[in-house]
Amino acid sequence: MAQFWREYRENWIATLALAVVVLIVAAALAAPLITPQDPYDLANLNLRDARRPPGFVGSGGYVHWLGTDAQGRDLFSAILYGLRISLQMGVAAGAVAFGLGTSLGIMAANIGGKIEQGIMRLVDLQLSFPAILLALVLVAVLGQGRVPLIIALVTAQYAYFARTAYGAATAERQKDYIEAARATPLPGRSIVLRHLLPNCMPPLIVVGTVQIANAISLEATLSFLGLGLPPTEPSLGMLIANGFQYMMSGRTWISVYPGIALILLIVAINIVGDQLRDQFNPRLRR
Amino acid sequence: MLGYIIQRLIQSAFVMLAMSALVFLGVYAIGNPIDVLISPDATQDIREATIRHYGLDQPLWRQYLAFLGRLLQGDLGRSFVLNIPVLHLVLSRLPATLELALTSVLIGAFIGIPLGIYAGYRPESPVSKAIMAASVLGFSVPTFWVGLILILTFAVNLDWLPAGDRGPTVEVFGVGWSFLTWEGLRFMALPALNLSLFKLAMLIRLSRAGTREIMLSDTVKFARAAGLTDFTILRRHVLRLISIPLVTVFGLEFGSTLAFAVVTETIFSWPGVGKLIIDSITSLDRPVMVGYLILVAFLFVTINLVVDLTYAVLDPRLRRGRRV
Repeated sequence: MAQFWREYRENWIATLALAVVVLIVAAALAAPLITPQDPYDLANLNLRDARRPPGFVGSGGYVHWLGTDAQGRDLFSAILYGLRISLQMGVAAGAVAFGLGTSLGIMAANIGGKIEQGIMRLVDLQLSFPAILLALVLVAVLGQGRVPLIIALVTAQYAYFARTAYGAATAERQKDYIEAARATPLPGRSIVLRHLLPNCMPPLIVVGTVQIANAISLEATLSFLGLGLPPTEPSLGMLIANGFQYMMSGRTWISVYPGIALILLIVAINIVGDQLRDQFNPRLRR
Repeated sequence: MLGYIIQRLIQSAFVMLAMSALVFLGVYAIGNPIDVLISPDATQDIREATIRHYGLDQPLWRQYLAFLGRLLQGDLGRSFVLNIPVLHLVLSRLPATLELALTSVLIGAFIGIPLGIYAGYRPESPVSKAIMAASVLGFSVPTFWVGLILILTFAVNLDWLPAGDRGPTVEVFGVGWSFLTWEGLRFMALPALNLSLFKLAMLIRLSRAGTREIMLSDTVKFARAAGLTDFTILRRHVLRLISIPLVTVFGLEFGSTLAFAVVTETIFSWPGVGKLIIDSITSLDRPVMVGYLILVAFLFVTINLVVDLTYAVLDPRLRRGRRV
């Protein structure tokens, strides 16, 4: 572990990216403590403060460092609260997709036969179909809200985990240590859980990292299209969409700042994922 | 070869059947289309007449069979909202999307492949590193955000290009096209660029990886020994060798470009099928949703089939009826 960390720190871009991710997650978690305003409490909002540029001192008596949006929300507060929602959705969807996809993939590799073919055929079919369309239709059909959104994101993403887990599990299963474990009286279940699964983890962690970023991006896209969460609790995508109409008249900050927060988060997670991939890859090992 | 083609055709037909059932169940079984069709204060008689008119009183499997029967005759139903046949509606919007998707795929190919070959040819140069960093950004930054920045930069701040809409079109064979006039191209520039970014990033990565591999191969060594210049080697040998996998990805990506057009078309209010599906989702226009999805599924299955058959032509090992 210590060595892994030492190797990780050799790449300063990846280290910076990790720091950015940690910082954003911490800021989002601590949002109620460090923001001047609860942006979801309508009583706090004053329309006289709406669409003010960054640096404006509003009726609350504090400086809106990033300006305010069309409802008079302090953008800094709205961005941190929006990040909370984006992260929640991304992590929740990522975790469920991880569990579901990994179980399916390992099951397919272990059981074999018709079930293996059925599962993998379905997974391949889904991988050839664009995730965004699938999520779009599901959200449209299931309606708005957190649960439908997570279902849509999971459906769009579990196939990547299933593919990766299947690939890793079929490769690991042929190795001697599994063969040795089979010779002992251990039940099949504990061979899978104790020996097979841990050894399939590295590629799954990489996919998991990238898929959390993808889930956040997908959620933002859906929200931007008006198909995400209800507008009373805007996530980053909806903040950007709300600001879009004011962009033409030069009030660019309403869209630009939430966008920068979103991009920072997604790009940083992707860079961390790339670094993990390189470090887990035995071919690049020194 | 013939056996292989027949096998793949039957497979595709089954996939289409499964997709139609999934789409039908997904869109029709959940939620109640009657609420959309009938205003809440309609009388009981009107309600029942409407329900019977659309066959919504039948059991689900019967509705599906009726739907399938109409589908085979090319009838995708009528839009609840616009009361136009769905097929007509989708087909009238399709040229705008096809034009946009094709342009963006071409931009991706003509810019992405040369950049990728260069990055693979000189992997250590700062230019290559910049190209690769840009491709990482192209992969991870959401399309809609890039679209906003494009509008902000080129339409609002610089005022060089229009921010949205399709602009003037030229009628050829009864269909309006943008790419035939300078003005139309100006309207198409930003959306096409926006849509091409993901493909651009992907083609850069693929052609870079391919080039790096081939530059180390014996082919290139012998070509160098024969005294060919590096440019000739790149053009004659590397480009030709990396083109086979690129063609596959290219074909598959064309389908997903049509899907991603949903986002781009919404931002730039481009009147294509992507905008149509978003509008139909917000107005709960189920027949349009189903029709669009069936057509997209059909397109995907067709593209997969064509790619597989092309492979069979290129790779003789597949021809002997190997199971895929």
